[in-house]
Amino acid sequence: MDSISLATFIQLLVTGISHGCLYGLVALGFVLIYKATEMVNFAQGDIMMLGAFIAFTLASGLGFAYIPVVILTILFMAAFGIALESAVIRPMIGEPPFAVLMLTIGLGFVLRAVAGMIWGHDEKEFDTPYSIDPLLIGEVSLDYEQLVVVGVTILLCLGLWTFLRFTKFGVAIQAASQNQLAAAYVGIPVRRVVAITWALATAIAGVAALLVAPLQLIYPGIGFVVGIKAFVAAIVGGFGSLAGALIGGICIGLVEQFVGYMFEGAYGETSVYVLLLLMLFIRPQGLIATLQRKKV
Amino acid sequence: MRFVLKTNYGQDINHFLHNGQRFWYGLLIAALLLAPFFVDRFYVGELTYLLIWVIAGTGLMLLIGYTGLVSMGHAAFMAIGAYAHAVLFKLGFPFGISLLMAGLVSGFLGAVIGIAALRMTGIYLAVATISFAFIIEKIVGEWTSVTGGHRGFVVPEPVMFGIDFGSDMSFYYLCLGVVIVAVMLVLNLLRSPMGRAMIAVRDSEISAQAMGVNLVETKTLAFTLSAFFTGLAGALYSHKIGMLFPENFTIFMSIKLLILVVVGGIGSMHGIVFGAIFISILPQVIAIVRDFLPTVIAQRRGLEPLVFGSILLLFLIYEPLGLYGRWVKIRAYFTQFPLYRRATFKRQKSYLRTERVH
Repeated sequence: MDSISLATFIQLLVTGISHGCLYGLVALGFVLIYKATEMVNFAQGDIMMLGAFIAFTLASGLGFAYIPVVILTILFMAAFGIALESAVIRPMIGEPPFAVLMLTIGLGFVLRAVAGMIWGHDEKEFDTPYSIDPLLIGEVSLDYEQLVVVGVTILLCLGLWTFLRFTKFGVAIQAASQNQLAAAYVGIPVRRVVAITWALATAIAGVAALLVAPLQLIYPGIGFVVGIKAFVAAIVGGFGSLAGALIGGICIGLVEQFVGYMFEGAYGETSVYVLLLLMLFIRPQGLIATLQRKKV
Repeated sequence: MRFVLKTNYGQDINHFLHNGQRFWYGLLIAALLLAPFFVDRFYVGELTYLLIWVIAGTGLMLLIGYTGLVSMGHAAFMAIGAYAHAVLFKLGFPFGISLLMAGLVSGFLGAVIGIAALRMTGIYLAVATISFAFIIEKIVGEWTSVTGGHRGFVVPEPVMFGIDFGSDMSFYYLCLGVVIVAVMLVLNLLRSPMGRAMIAVRDSEISAQAMGVNLVETKTLAFTLSAFFTGLAGALYSHKIGMLFPENFTIFMSIKLLILVVVGGIGSMHGIVFGAIFISILPQVIAIVRDFLPTVIAQRRGLEPLVFGSILLLFLIYEPLGLYGRWVKIRAYFTQFPLYRRATFKRQKSYLRTERVH
């Protein structure tokens, strides 16, 4: 690798951060569901893929304007989350964690196959009002799409944190996550709390979908790739911490971009997995440790 | 229902509870030995695939079903076994040695992952193994000087002690032999202190530790053995498919192995066979059903993953103990005939009580 110009460096930095925010957003969905129900939703990436296709259909198939597309997609995804929870997830309460894990893996497979059948396997483009000429600062050109990703992610993160920390419902989610029976005894509607958590997580996936769609082409496999990386982000950040998910996501995004640049694009993706294994060897509790010893 | 009067402690760990079982399993082995003489060559080939899946399933079942560690990247160990065997065999190592070496290489890498797994719980491990599988797939694809990369690697004909195992029939017997050895090894392991320790780790890690089980040793050994058997399966698989590509060992294969374990029945040796039969037959069934479906659906790609995924979902929700669990229920229905109560196998309602320490 020879020396790298400042402009390229900043370019890679911004691309890395924006991709990282995206991984962080999907990871937020994981973390939220994990915090509330101690279930791991491996299908989060594929749910995001579904959202992207919904947005695509609304925009180019049905010809909606951008703002209605955003609102409808998020609403649809929230409804999908509630339906999913009641149909598939609720029967699994009390099953061992790896059963739920495998269930969501299977769910991801089904979603991918169904999306492939409905929308086909060729790549689709999705344009937004801000898909315009990039912003030029000196030699650095910044896509508005990337800047929007970063902005929305930070806002959403702050919003979620405030919600969980200060609102009555947020505290109810935390209570239900620690002991469902005890939570029910003190009058928390546990079922509704769990259902709404899923709706929230899938709605976040919808937001991520709206942000990823203009950035990359949409195809059924996109969710799996982004999902795994988001998962790595959540682990690097320390599962169960919202800020950790975001920081982990940004780490992953940066490593991917820079390693990809060094090896001319060949090992960018693989480096993410190597990073994960290294992380698990060196610091398995993640950057921000929230989980300690488990009880018997 | 047969009641066995136990008169000494040895009976508790006997493989066969009573002579009836000896008879039926003997019959099964006899049937398997005679099968190639009575069935078509095509089905001998299919049976060989089935046996290979059983070997791989034995490895994964030991890990998931008996030690409670979930691996979602077992296709990687099949790939390692397949490539290690094919490369060593081509270099001129004798067949038996390279087969064993393939298992050992795979087992060694399994031990490395296993050591990383010591500090991980279910989810972390699943993601770590997926990552491992992706890395292996990438290495196999890029390391063209050894593996041939995406252009493929031709596997030489299997020859051992001057006997050509290239024909369907002799290769079938080779696989059958490996299956019997693998299954016996695992069955014996499971009744040894180490096997009991694995089951204890599955049921509660901290309780097991409190009882003096060495977690490091147990988990690492489980991973090593699991990878060893899966590597062996991969080595045999390489001869069966004849030409190796990185695309043979993708995440879909890992999922297929998971389905084998889940649909067969977690934590039962019978489940491996049921699961292996299931994943061998399902693609054929899908191919047959495809003809009857409207062309709009039938010609779309993705029918197979859809069916596999849906079946995984249905089993996890409605029959978590898999086909073996279903079989146990059916058997209980008939042995207790008019007195069978539906509540016998009813699942208890449970609530989440987190194990996290806040």
